[in-house]
Amino acid sequence: MKYRSVFDIIGPVMIGPSSSHTAGAARIGRAARHLFGREPKYAHVHLYGSFAKTYKGHGTDVAIIGGLLDYETYDQRIAQALETARSNGMKVRFHEEDAHTDHPNTARLKIGDDDGELELVGISIGGGKAEITELNGFELHLSGSHPAILLIHNDRYGAIASATAILAKHQINIGRMEVSRKAQGEQALMVIEMDQNIDDSILNELERADHITQVAKISE
Amino acid sequence: MFRNVAELVELAESQDIQISEVMIRQEMEVKQMTREQVYGQMEKNLDVMEKAIEDGLKGVKSHSGLTGGDAVLIQNYMKNHTPLSGNLVMDAVSKAVATNEVNAAMGTICATPTAGSAGCVPGTLFAVKNQLNPTRDQMVRYLFTSGAFGFVVANNASISGAAGGCQAEVGSAAGMAAAAIVEMAGGTPSQSAEAMAITLKNMLGLICDPVAGLVEVPCVKRNAMGASNAVTAADMALAGVTSRIPCDEVIDAMYKVGQRMPSAFRETAQGGLAATPTGRELEAKVYGISLKKE
Repeated sequence: MKYRSVFDIIGPVMIGPSSSHTAGAARIGRAARHLFGREPKYAHVHLYGSFAKTYKGHGTDVAIIGGLLDYETYDQRIAQALETARSNGMKVRFHEEDAHTDHPNTARLKIGDDDGELELVGISIGGGKAEITELNGFELHLSGSHPAILLIHNDRYGAIASATAILAKHQINIGRMEVSRKAQGEQALMVIEMDQNIDDSILNELERADHITQVAKISE
Repeated sequence: MFRNVAELVELAESQDIQISEVMIRQEMEVKQMTREQVYGQMEKNLDVMEKAIEDGLKGVKSHSGLTGGDAVLIQNYMKNHTPLSGNLVMDAVSKAVATNEVNAAMGTICATPTAGSAGCVPGTLFAVKNQLNPTRDQMVRYLFTSGAFGFVVANNASISGAAGGCQAEVGSAAGMAAAAIVEMAGGTPSQSAEAMAITLKNMLGLICDPVAGLVEVPCVKRNAMGASNAVTAADMALAGVTSRIPCDEVIDAMYKVGQRMPSAFRETAQGGLAATPTGRELEAKVYGISLKKE
């Protein structure tokens, strides 16, 4: 089921005018921000379908950048997000794409700074709910309705066990998980959705574990 | 977890509880939260809705200038005339309009189920309130009942105009409102389902064609009609009228209609009212562009 909570339907509390084009867009931006772990210095935003056709009227642009500034859907500062980003030194570019995508409200974000880059595809599925469908070339299905951690790891035996053993030790229950890789023996991505938010200390422990190279989390 | 309206009604009637109670219990289970937490969160949403209506009734104007001020006009009209469609219907209409005018002006609203359709549920709630004199608890429950029906639509069809047209947004919102009115008025869970079915049936095929891509024209007035549709359908269901097509099948039909809807009619501002000469003129004015663009 795509929607699990009554507050996906009655909610979110948000700045208008569109739940999919404003609130959902802000959530995609904020997910990118959390996965990147800091405010990026540049952002290329590619918009598809209805996003591409109507983003100006809906404030999709300010919402995505607001998300990159870590604003919630109800944050009044969203309206000034573009100006704020500029004064923070963030370079922002929007690209209206004609390509057909599976979902009408799709955005591809390429964000980064001198120390790294992140590329993410998000879809806004309605009522303010967003899903992340691609991260750095890995396909995934991240609903955003649960806290989640994302682990980049080597495609080696024992990688999954070393991560889940740490979670088990801290009595963290896994609600859903998926593993994908680009090619056998290369880089892989593990997505773990949990019932509760986890502390940064556990994240640090995961980062030090065997075969794991990078860790990011999305809090609820 | 209920997967469709039939299961929702069955859960309520077999335990002799209201739809709102089924929704509250499910939410507690899914989110591992206490009743107070779940209830408290919904109460906050109710406050946001009430505030948005207040703001809208004072008069707001969107940045584009396309919408704003109609809620005030309707309220003034009601002070000096007896509305032909009745006080309650026009009150619901004005409050739905108020909410969507605030939304268009980038004010704070609660999506129900979306921002573009945020007027139907609170608009009807704060109008029906004056006649039924509900407790605060019943008002919070109104939102859980609306949410329960919206939950089914969202999972079995769509609540996105870009995916399923306006029928998925205002259609769903109006149906949710109708079901909640029935519960507040003392109707049965089955009657709530009938009200939802009757409402949605009359919104099937409604396209999403926002002028200039803005959630303003015709969205604000679509919420007005969604609200009046909801009140009418609720009355019909309370009178004992039933839908020949069961609610779940109506929802499924809405989904299939949405799937076959050309993309010009799914929130792309390429068809319908958005593509009329006046729609294009307004678009050009809003963005300060020449009409020769295409």
